[in-house]
Amino acid sequence: MIEIKGVTKYFGNNTAVQDISLNIAERENLILLGTSGCGKTTTLKMINRLIEPDSGTISISGKNIAEQNSELLRRSIGYVMQNTGLFPHYTIEQNIAVVPKLLKWDSKKTNSRIEELIEKLSLPQICLKQFPHQLSGGQQQRVGLARALVTDPPVLLMDEPFGALDNVTRASIQAEFKALEELKRKTIVMVTHYVQEAFELGDRISLMDKGIIVQTGTPKELLYNPANDFVKEFLDGQRLALEFKVTTIKDVWSYLPNGNAASDQEKINDEYSIWSTLELLKSTKNKTLRVESIHGECKTVDFTAITSAFSNYQNNNSHE
Amino acid sequence: MNEQQQTLWQFMAEQQDKLLTQTLQHVGLTFISLLIAIAIGLPLGIFIARKRSFSGSVLAIAGVLQTIPSIALLGFMIPLLGIGAKPAIVALLIYALLPIIRNTFTGITGVDNHVTEAAKALGMSKWHVLLHVELPLAMPVILAGIRTATVINVGVATLASYIAAGGLGEFIFGGISLNNSNMILAGAIPAALLAIILDALLAVIQKISFKKLRVVLYAFPIIIIVLGCFYIIPKTNTSKLTAGFTPEFMGRQDGDLGLRSVYGLKIHTTVISDAVMYKAAYAKELDVISGYSTDGRLKAFDLKIVEDDKKIFPPYYAAPIVRQSSLKKFPGLEYALNLLAGKINDSVMTDLNYKTDYLHQTPEKVAKDFLLKTGLYKASRNGNAGVVKIGSKIFGEQYILAEMYSILIKGNTDYGVETKTGLGGTKICFDALTNNQIDLYPEYTGTGLLVLLQPNKDIINQVTQDKDKTYTYVNNQFQLQFGIKWLKPIGFNNSYALMMRRKQMHELNIVTITDLKNYIDKD
Repeated sequence: MIEIKGVTKYFGNNTAVQDISLNIAERENLILLGTSGCGKTTTLKMINRLIEPDSGTISISGKNIAEQNSELLRRSIGYVMQNTGLFPHYTIEQNIAVVPKLLKWDSKKTNSRIEELIEKLSLPQICLKQFPHQLSGGQQQRVGLARALVTDPPVLLMDEPFGALDNVTRASIQAEFKALEELKRKTIVMVTHYVQEAFELGDRISLMDKGIIVQTGTPKELLYNPANDFVKEFLDGQRLALEFKVTTIKDVWSYLPNGNAASDQEKINDEYSIWSTLELLKSTKNKTLRVESIHGECKTVDFTAITSAFSNYQNNNSHE
Repeated sequence: MNEQQQTLWQFMAEQQDKLLTQTLQHVGLTFISLLIAIAIGLPLGIFIARKRSFSGSVLAIAGVLQTIPSIALLGFMIPLLGIGAKPAIVALLIYALLPIIRNTFTGITGVDNHVTEAAKALGMSKWHVLLHVELPLAMPVILAGIRTATVINVGVATLASYIAAGGLGEFIFGGISLNNSNMILAGAIPAALLAIILDALLAVIQKISFKKLRVVLYAFPIIIIVLGCFYIIPKTNTSKLTAGFTPEFMGRQDGDLGLRSVYGLKIHTTVISDAVMYKAAYAKELDVISGYSTDGRLKAFDLKIVEDDKKIFPPYYAAPIVRQSSLKKFPGLEYALNLLAGKINDSVMTDLNYKTDYLHQTPEKVAKDFLLKTGLYKASRNGNAGVVKIGSKIFGEQYILAEMYSILIKGNTDYGVETKTGLGGTKICFDALTNNQIDLYPEYTGTGLLVLLQPNKDIINQVTQDKDKTYTYVNNQFQLQFGIKWLKPIGFNNSYALMMRRKQMHELNIVTITDLKNYIDKD
């Protein structure tokens, strides 16, 4: 869907991005991860031509973006930024309606689409007539997302979309974000410097450092097959949490004890990660859950069962 | 009735037609120039916000223009644009430019980068970003600049009366020349109120919420244009010749009042400063001006005096007037000042004035050369027995006289001298004298009689028959009323005179003021 080929960008004498290549598949959620100044935001902004590369090409759906009108290109790509970038002099409704207006949608179509979105993003109806400064940070970020999604563009670029939020708000918006049906149809490129966020939301992660991509791969690949010491050390600080996040019930299925399940237990499928299963366990009433495999098998698990299965799984795979 | 006893309200009621015209002219001048300044400043501010490398030089130039003294700027413009509305509007717009350019620049560069980036990322064109995002967000700052410019313009517009562009300055400067406080206040109070009201109105517009801003954006230019029109409408001039008279001349019996009552002269008249009047006549912007008979510019600009066949401009002696307390304090002063008595006749004075006004010699040099030639010059004694303060009005002749007195005092006494030259007008000079700010300045007996003493008509008719009678009367009255003494006359007479270009007088066959009246009344 998005093809980045040999792209380089200089700012004066500094090389911001050096000869990077990257293919992003349709409906993939790719995370550009790295510390500040590694070139991840520059890479993102070159995709909608907010920054023009000095060499190399970028194409979307096979068309070279350099040959397209930059304004028309940008209208077809959703863009969400850290500081929301909402227009302080526009109401929320006007803010969301910017791109439909540029595309000359009729107001009926725009309004029904806005209604639909604010419901999906659980924004209160009343906020439409309000101005951005009257909303909370979390609400503003949702409006930013609504503005990017309103014309249902196939590609969504997100620059640290949850970066300005406090931890509690961030966790809840991330959860909503993951659950949002609308986003599952989209090709998303997201920039972040939070390792856990990258692991939580990304199908694949490109870890960048000093203008180059050090490694691109699934969270599991980065964690268990790091390309070099940089990747390993970058993830070391939060290794246990990350392992909990990349390992699913399916992975540890064979290490879980068999057992009949009581029917009143909460049931989850085996796509759940260890991390989210443990989080769910904390909130269930008798601290047990029923998990169901893709083949229809059922097992009852509790905290001890999960952690020991995980530890057995880790030991048996450590040679990889 | 004595003018001093008239209240301000009476004066304003009596002059309400003039007051209204002047106020409308003032508002018109302010807003026409403001409109043009916005039309130039706003795009320029946007331009330098886009191309930052130009911002330094553009703001520096606008800043330099702002620092040019206003009367100098008006003077520069006469050769280019003549007198009247055009140069006044250009001068005002030059002063209004800086705040508008600077605030537009600051306003636009101050818009949050994230917001403009978002606008770009959503696919807005450059124009769209400017019109829908940057300008609306910068508007409070831009309006603050326009507000500053408006208040500056209301103030500077008072100077427009120097170059016959009208406005409330006519009353203000006329009042200063004529020693008429009511007239000064009748101009100054409306001007101040205008500034306060406009400032408050713009402050309200500035605080209007974004929602209503759109309405304001459309209404604002319309209001400015309408107000600007005030200035255009009253401009209807059908007279063949145009006269430019100083504010002082306009209010004097031996001036415009006498021309109307004695000659019945009905000429289209504008009010103008004597600093630019001669030049304007030379540049054919004016045909008839009220000059001084000894003025050097008469010679410099090839002007000729229109003969006063009905004798409404009696000749007056020039003499130093000194506070009696100062004469006591500085015993040698009277002797030193009287050294000049009788030494300068009319043609000598005209020649001296010509040297400063046309040959551009400094008053210091002209004064020293004259004293050397007449053997009155003595080297300075560097005295330290006290400092004598000499004042002068703001025209060439007075500068020369002040310099001569300075040299004479330094050379013949042990006193030091401080000169306070260029005091704006008769009233300012005289107030400075009575309030101990200066010890002496050169004055003219006619001015002393008609402007400062203002006796009733009978006395005026009685004492203006003869130069010496006038001198004796003012000297007695000044000592009695103000404790000020007129020393011996310097010798020359200076009086008002109507002047025209020599060539035009010849062409129109005009020799006397009666000829002039007849020419104007013809058909």
